[in-house]
This record gives sequence, structure tokens and C-alpha cells, in this order.
Amino acid sequence: MKSGVKHTTTYDVIVMIIMVILAVLFIFPVYWIVTGSFKDAAAINAAIPEWFPKNPTTDNYVRLFDKPAMQWLFNSVFIALMSMALTCLTAAMAGYALAKKRFVGRGLLFTFLVCAMALPKQVVLVPLLKEMSFLGLHDNIWAVILPTVGWPFGVFLMKQFSETIPTEMLEAVRIDGAGEIQTFLTIVLPIVKPGIGALAIFTFITTWNDYFLQLIMLNSSKNLTISLGIAKLQAEMSNDFGLIMAGAALGAIPIIAIFLMFQKYFTQGITMGAVKG
Amino acid sequence: MRKKNVTTRSKVLVMRETRSAYLFLLPSLFFFVGFVIIPMFMCLFTSFFNYTMSDFSFVGIGNYVEMFQDEIFQRAFWNTVLIVVVAVPTVTIFSLWVGSSIYRMHAVTRSFFRCVFYLPVVTGTVAVAVVWKWMFNKYTGLFNTILSGVGAIDQNVSWLGDEKTAIWCIILILFTTSIGQPIVLYVAALGNVDTSLVEAAEVDGATDIQTFWKIKWPSIMPTTLYVLVITTINSFQCFALIQLLTSGGPKHSTDTIMYYIYYEAFKLNRYGFGNAMGIFLAAVIAIFSALQFKVTKSGSVD
Repeated sequence: MKSGVKHTTTYDVIVMIIMVILAVLFIFPVYWIVTGSFKDAAAINAAIPEWFPKNPTTDNYVRLFDKPAMQWLFNSVFIALMSMALTCLTAAMAGYALAKKRFVGRGLLFTFLVCAMALPKQVVLVPLLKEMSFLGLHDNIWAVILPTVGWPFGVFLMKQFSETIPTEMLEAVRIDGAGEIQTFLTIVLPIVKPGIGALAIFTFITTWNDYFLQLIMLNSSKNLTISLGIAKLQAEMSNDFGLIMAGAALGAIPIIAIFLMFQKYFTQGITMGAVKG
Repeated sequence: MRKKNVTTRSKVLVMRETRSAYLFLLPSLFFFVGFVIIPMFMCLFTSFFNYTMSDFSFVGIGNYVEMFQDEIFQRAFWNTVLIVVVAVPTVTIFSLWVGSSIYRMHAVTRSFFRCVFYLPVVTGTVAVAVVWKWMFNKYTGLFNTILSGVGAIDQNVSWLGDEKTAIWCIILILFTTSIGQPIVLYVAALGNVDTSLVEAAEVDGATDIQTFWKIKWPSIMPTTLYVLVITTINSFQCFALIQLLTSGGPKHSTDTIMYYIYYEAFKLNRYGFGNAMGIFLAAVIAIFSALQFKVTKSGSVD
């Protein structure tokens, strides 16, 4: 028994060492983006890599902001915020109805949602583009927001959280004569608030990084998102890595900061969304 | 008489409940039907047409026949299968190992590692892709500098420009961006395993390996299957890394079905053909998911 305990300790030390090495490797690309964005051309092209920029320069950022980079950043923020707000609102309402109301067609609707979730969403991008052109929304940032809100993951997540609302509580306020809207606002919303927090941060981050949808829908320079902007820089000046890294840093740092601030909610969202109802 | 009264009353109640339920569902259904369901049916419908910028004529299963005869499509199909076959098991096993290693750690340490492994997902595909492209660069990339520094290679390798290495580079990056979510799920699932069972087994003298296979493994089975499903779906849809790093090249060695759909539909404007491939991909993914769900049902205890 004693040797067993000792064995575990050695194993734990080895695991810890491997984990630390892996952690360094996983952080490294972000480190390389940030340091690269401050390197001058000589350092970028150096035969021996500069692990830390010796002559830091902001020249890459100056050149980045000659392009409409702030506009790209603003578009990304706008798309993510709008998708987040609309998703939270519609999903909270629908999740509550699915979890707490017994209505005609509930089973069928639920089946539809499950099937849609299991399908690859990129596959519908071709007809989606046609639909957006038909609606006059081609090259319009709303063409990215509307399909994002339609994706049923949020409804699922909010259904999971709404299951926790005590039915007796809903009945009690109904007997007291509260209307549907009043019940939703005063009873349902306060209880599912953590769920809304999780969904909000989850939607914000996934929308920010949904490159394919943005690529299909947006064309003109002023309508690009920061992701598309970085891709454009790479396509146009493929070896100007300093400039490209500055763009990557501008796109990655805000979203990493937001993730670190709200990671508790985010983790909860991923976990709850996985539990199949 | 009384029974009849009850049924009519419950019918009225059901009607009222249904009406209010649909009012709550309405905003969500508007977006879901409008921007998910309708495009799905349009995708299926137009896959039977020769649908381009100038033409829209019924061709039956013509697009599907062309697809199976298209050599580039076949190449793309096998590349996609390779990505799935390599990525799914490695991602699942690696994230299970990391998850079971960090879930017992102190809350702060655990949270630190969880964030670190999630970092490539949050950073975003484009930012990740451009920095890897630089690291893989033939002349200024880190890989060549380090590998030639330690004498592993004689001359600089064009990692993304070589048919033999390009797809493995893609799989490596895909791997780093795929393990974040499974690790979060495994840490949560392992934290929910009934500790009294684990303790009882330890008292009875079970080894760590026995405890893992007899107690923890069965209770995290649903998580494993969910991880398998999402990783399979994501690997089948591998697109952004291809578009940003290799554009399917060199010589179609990194073409995937999703990239080929993008190329045919958006570069050549062959919408009908693209949609036919999309339907095919959706069907393949649906079969895989259904199989995995079936295993969940027969495999899970409850």
C-alpha cells in the first residue's frame, strides 16, 4: 500500500511536468503573435529567432491603423453584441416554453431542434447566401447576425436551465392572477439568469470567431470583421508577418481578455449544453 | 357526464397553454425556421438542379453522379476521412488524459490549465492560422530554425508547400484547436463521478487503473460519446484552416469536402453541385452521429 502511494506521487510529478510543458506550448502561439507584432522587419526575418523583440517598434500598428482596422474591430463587436442580445432574449423565452409548458407539437418541435443541431451548419451556407441576397442583405453585417440567432444551441441551453424552475412556483403566481409576461419577468428570468450569463458569453465568443459565415456574407472593406481583416492582410501581403501579427493581436487580445473575465460562466455554458435532455 | 366535463376543461387548458407557449416560441422560431430550416430545404431542393449564375435547370441526380465521378472530390473525400480518422481518436484520448490529470488538482491550478488548453479556441481560427503559417514558413519560420539548429533537417522544409507534410500540419493545428471543449467537458464529468463509489473501491484495494475502468469510465461514457460526436462533426467540416493555409494545395493534397464545396459554390458559382456535396456531407455526418447516439443508448447505464 505504501509503495502504491509513493508510486502515485512520482506519477503526479511527471504529469505536472508534462502539463507545464504542454501549457507553454499552448500559450506560445499567442506569445509569438504579441511579440511578433512589435518586431521590425529585420527581427521578423532574422535567421536566429528573437525570442523577445530587441528593438520593439509600434510601426506595425501604425501601418495597421492606416487600414480600416478600427472599423473591422467595431464590426466584430457589433455583430457579436447583437447576436448575443437577440440570442439570449429569444432563447430564454423559447427555452422556458419548451421546459415548462405542455403544448401541442412540443415533441415534434423538439425532434426538429435536435436534428438541426446534429447537422453541419456550414452546409447551409450556400442557400443562406442566396437567401440573404434575395432579402437585400448581401454584404450587410445583419446577414451574419440573423443566422447566428437562428442556431438552436441557445434554446437547448436555456431549456436545461429552465427545467430547474419549480413548477409549484409558477402555479402559485398563476393562482394569484399574474399574467404570462409578468410570470416570465418576475419568476422565470431571475431563476435562469446564470444560464443567460453562460449563453451570452458563449454566443459572443463563438460569433466573434465564426470565420466561414463572415467570409461568405461580407465583401467590401468597410464591412469586414477583424477576422476577415487579418485574412485579407495575409492574402495581400503574405510575408509581412509583423503587420499580420499586429492584426492578429488586435483580433485575439480583446476576445481572450473577455474570455478570462467571464470564463466561469463560459465553462458552465459548455457543460450544460452538452447534457442531453 | 363528469368525465366529459373534465376532458373539455383540460382541452381548453391545453389550448390556452399551447397558445401561450407558441407566443413565447415565436421570436425563436422566426429565426430558426427562416435561417436554418428554409436554407436546409433549399439546399436539398437545389441539389437536383444545374444551378449557376445563368442557369437553373432540373438535372435529377446529375450532380450526385458527377460528384462520385469527380476525381478531385474523391481526393477531398479521402483527405477528409484521413483528418477524421486521425483527429477524432487522438483528440478524445488526449483530452480524456488531460481531463483526468487536472480534475483532481487544486481549483486554481485546474482552472489555469483548463484556460490554457482552451486558449487556441478563443484566440480564433484566423489568428491561430496566421501565426502557424509564419512558424511553418520555409525561410523565416520557427520550425525550420529549431530543427536545423538541432540538426534534425539538412535544408529548410516547405512544410505547407509539400504534398507529404501539408495535411499533417493541418491536422496538428486542428488538434490544438479541438481539445479545449472536450477537456472542459471531461473535467466537469469526472468531477460529477460519485465519490463514495470511488472511495469504496479504494478501500477494497482496487488499483487506480481498476477504479478508472470499473467506476469512472462507465459514468463518463455519455461525455465520451458527446465528445466523439462533436469532434467528428468539427473534423468533417474542416475548412478555415485549409482556406487560410493551403487553399487545398499543393496538388489537392489538402482539399477537404468542405473546402471543395466552398471552391465550387463560391469561386465557380456552381451552387447546385456545391449543394449536392453539402447534402452528401450532411448525410455522412448524420449517419456517424446516429451510430454514435445508438451506442450511447445501449452503452449508458440509465
